[in-house]
Amino acid sequence: MQDPSLTHERLLFEISQPGRLGVELPDCDVPVMSLESLLPAAQIRKDLPLPELSEPEVIRHFTHLSQKNYSVDSGFYPLGSCTMKYNPKLNEDAARHPGFARLHPYLPDAQAQGALEVLFEMQNILTEIAGMDATSLQPAAGAHGELLGLMLIKAYHEDHGQGERDTIIVPEAAHGTNPASAARCGYKTLTVKSDSRGRVDLAHLKSELSDKIAGLMLTNPNTLGLFEDDIAEICDLIHGCGGLVYCDGANMNALVGRARPGDMGFDVMHFNLHKTFSSPHGGGGPGSGPVAVKKILEPYLPTPQVVKTETGFALEHNIPKSIGKIHGFYGSFMCILRSYLFILYYGKERLKDVADNAVLNANYIRTELQGHFDVAFDEICMHEVIFSAKRQQREHGIRALDVAKRLMDFGYHPPTIYFPLIVPEALMIEPTETESRQTLDSFIDAMKQIADDIVNDPEVVKSAPHFTPVRKIDEALAARQPCVCWSPEPVKA
Amino acid sequence: MAYIPNTDQDRQAMLEAIGLNSLDDLYTPIPEALRFTGELNIPSRYNQIALEKHYKTLGNKNASAEEYPCFLGAGIYDHYVPPTVGAITGRSEFYTSYTPYQPEVSQGVLQSIFEFQTLTCELMGMDVANASMYDGATALAEAAIMACELAGRKHLLVPDTINPIYRDVLETYVRHMNLTVDTLVTENGLTSVESVKAAITSETGAVLLQQPNFFGAIEDVQAISAAAHEGGALFVTCVDPISLGLLTPPGEYDADIVVAEGQALGCPMGYGGPLLGLFACKTKYLRRIPGRIVGETKDGDGKRAFVMTLRTREQDIRRERATSNICTNVALYALAGAVYLATMGKQGLKQVAELSLQKAHYAATEIAKIPGYSLSFPDAPYFKEFVVQTPGDAGKLNEHLMSKGLIGGYALGGHYSGMKNAMLLCVTEQRTKAEIDALVAALREFEGNS
Repeated sequence: MQDPSLTHERLLFEISQPGRLGVELPDCDVPVMSLESLLPAAQIRKDLPLPELSEPEVIRHFTHLSQKNYSVDSGFYPLGSCTMKYNPKLNEDAARHPGFARLHPYLPDAQAQGALEVLFEMQNILTEIAGMDATSLQPAAGAHGELLGLMLIKAYHEDHGQGERDTIIVPEAAHGTNPASAARCGYKTLTVKSDSRGRVDLAHLKSELSDKIAGLMLTNPNTLGLFEDDIAEICDLIHGCGGLVYCDGANMNALVGRARPGDMGFDVMHFNLHKTFSSPHGGGGPGSGPVAVKKILEPYLPTPQVVKTETGFALEHNIPKSIGKIHGFYGSFMCILRSYLFILYYGKERLKDVADNAVLNANYIRTELQGHFDVAFDEICMHEVIFSAKRQQREHGIRALDVAKRLMDFGYHPPTIYFPLIVPEALMIEPTETESRQTLDSFIDAMKQIADDIVNDPEVVKSAPHFTPVRKIDEALAARQPCVCWSPEPVKA
Repeated sequence: MAYIPNTDQDRQAMLEAIGLNSLDDLYTPIPEALRFTGELNIPSRYNQIALEKHYKTLGNKNASAEEYPCFLGAGIYDHYVPPTVGAITGRSEFYTSYTPYQPEVSQGVLQSIFEFQTLTCELMGMDVANASMYDGATALAEAAIMACELAGRKHLLVPDTINPIYRDVLETYVRHMNLTVDTLVTENGLTSVESVKAAITSETGAVLLQQPNFFGAIEDVQAISAAAHEGGALFVTCVDPISLGLLTPPGEYDADIVVAEGQALGCPMGYGGPLLGLFACKTKYLRRIPGRIVGETKDGDGKRAFVMTLRTREQDIRRERATSNICTNVALYALAGAVYLATMGKQGLKQVAELSLQKAHYAATEIAKIPGYSLSFPDAPYFKEFVVQTPGDAGKLNEHLMSKGLIGGYALGGHYSGMKNAMLLCVTEQRTKAEIDALVAALREFEGNS
């Protein structure tokens, strides 16, 4: 039998046949009126060009698509910066419970006490893990959390007569969302360099400080997988010039229970619940990006916050200095629920096991692969390790991209490549805590084999992947002649 | 720990390989003063069985639409979800993968998003769509910012018939982009084209309109679109995707950008999140779209394949000059939307819309017959929601309805002064005649008690 993942799957629209039904809905049980008597003629749709498929055709189509997709449940997914850990099935069961799944967000508080308890508890739990004083669960993703954090910083400065502060400092190794979020918040960005140790260049930072600085955004551990050990001084410097310090919490998997951004001097941070606390990544979302803050920023949090009253849990909409709303409701509740259960599973006794095993796994890969690939910074790393394929590129013409594609042939999802930008030919490997030593050993063996092939048989690496549902993809063609929507005769934009 | 495979023996062997003595040694890069050595003040751990009981206890404290017939809408809807949706979104090949940065091993997600984009375009009658936004509210805010940048103008004209929560989010977003929201106060539940013409200025970058609007009423979209364009502004609409089973699609009334809350397309209400933002526009604006877009291309063998495209708009490449800061969106919910629309198809979606329309009109007609109740906007045509004048405080009325085992409507007093005794009711295809009759009976009783 041919592997279904290797066969070409037609589009829904090409499978469609007139008259097919995917669902049978009940007859109308109330008196039926004519459409013309209920709707203005100009508002009645003439044609609805949707596909027509039966239920088995729908299921088979999307099942085939799923078989062309790599996932954490199918294998090792060391995509750096994304924390692709295992998603516990108990949490998926919980999300299907109708008491959550079919819960309307506008129900009176008395009818949603279970959901409000989850939110209230998570506000407190995340506040504690962050070492902060309050948390908003509203942001729908990490970048959304960044935007909220910056809005809070802006509101704080405006409230203190410092509205002329117009610049956010961002290290050159930062995630692209940091400068993009700053721009969305109406800020200018100023880039500070990294030093030879892969940390913020303190001398450069000092030279840029002024009364125009609203704040600094920093990922810690940073995107090189290294702890910013000058963090206390960095925070003092920013505070000294009147700014506030934002922690991009994308890399919290290295720290949970072992160190807290609030203790380091950060004023505000976001979590990525879909990274650190295991709500599934969903093929690219939904995410959840709660923001924790110190007392000074609490007055500006978005509405509503969940509070505990004598009669139970309640949504508090009255926050006089609030920046307003950034999401229709209370954030990605179903993700928050899953992460809440994930945290309770470990509890205060064992939550640090998450960080310990994630950091251990990353350092094991670092140690075992050294000598086969060049590690970007030769020291103890945190939850991820960056290698550079620059030597392979120079000596054999093999790039990080080729290594990534070749890894697919061994049955692995590639690491993140070409990020951070300051490491040439970067391969960013993040194993997470949910991988066994045996899995890591197999991956390490594959990487060593690739390193050998680069020397002895570079063509096999260069022409990879060989065993994936499609061969190497022409990304330039897609951008040159954009076709983003199917039509019977493809219309090129 | 069931989610952490390594045992103490594994850890010991690995530490030896690394050349460290203990797990604590892994944290030597963190200055000692910054290491957390105490115990977190969070709950103690639950074993798996206790955890399962715990979530069920919490879930059972909530009044779900499974248990109580739901007449509450206002942006989040209890529409029927066919079983195909759960079967496919529950496949872990989809839900445990991430953003398809590596297209060769992500064709499943990529093709499903391409299909989602196409379905969105078909539904809306638009040219191009993106891979999703967080929700309808943020999609509208992003559309407003994009429209002002395209028009080179700084003002937005926003009727108060747009969902008040969307307007709140819009205000929060655009304030930081130095854009101004001019609110248009409407009467009789509809936006009049005259009022739009009167309010539009040479600084108006876009006119925003919701169809059906927040009150469920059907706006004169053609006339308002024309007025917006006459004034040199873009026309941005926010639609209910279910309504498009019956209503004229935005492409036919020349909308420039169309957004929607797509939750009704097979996604759980889930206490309001995650949600599914839909975003479509005219082809000429393709390169200004926020967020991810999947395009068709070819692989090394010349076979059709899919890939994230026009990536230079995005934050990881363009950084502070990106069209938006959005990164992770809601791919799994876009997949749910695609499966929903594929399952419903041409006939099913129309039927869902028609059933909702008919049942809402039956409910409204019956409610208007009850002494003390009337329709607030009797002359406005409507789809599946309508506003009812109630004989007393709408919040109190909802308490009464809950005591009768019914989830009532959305009390409007909080957002519209003077509408304390008014309630927005929603009737989807899920509600039976018996449930509607029970609602009518319960409403009648409240009138009798007040």
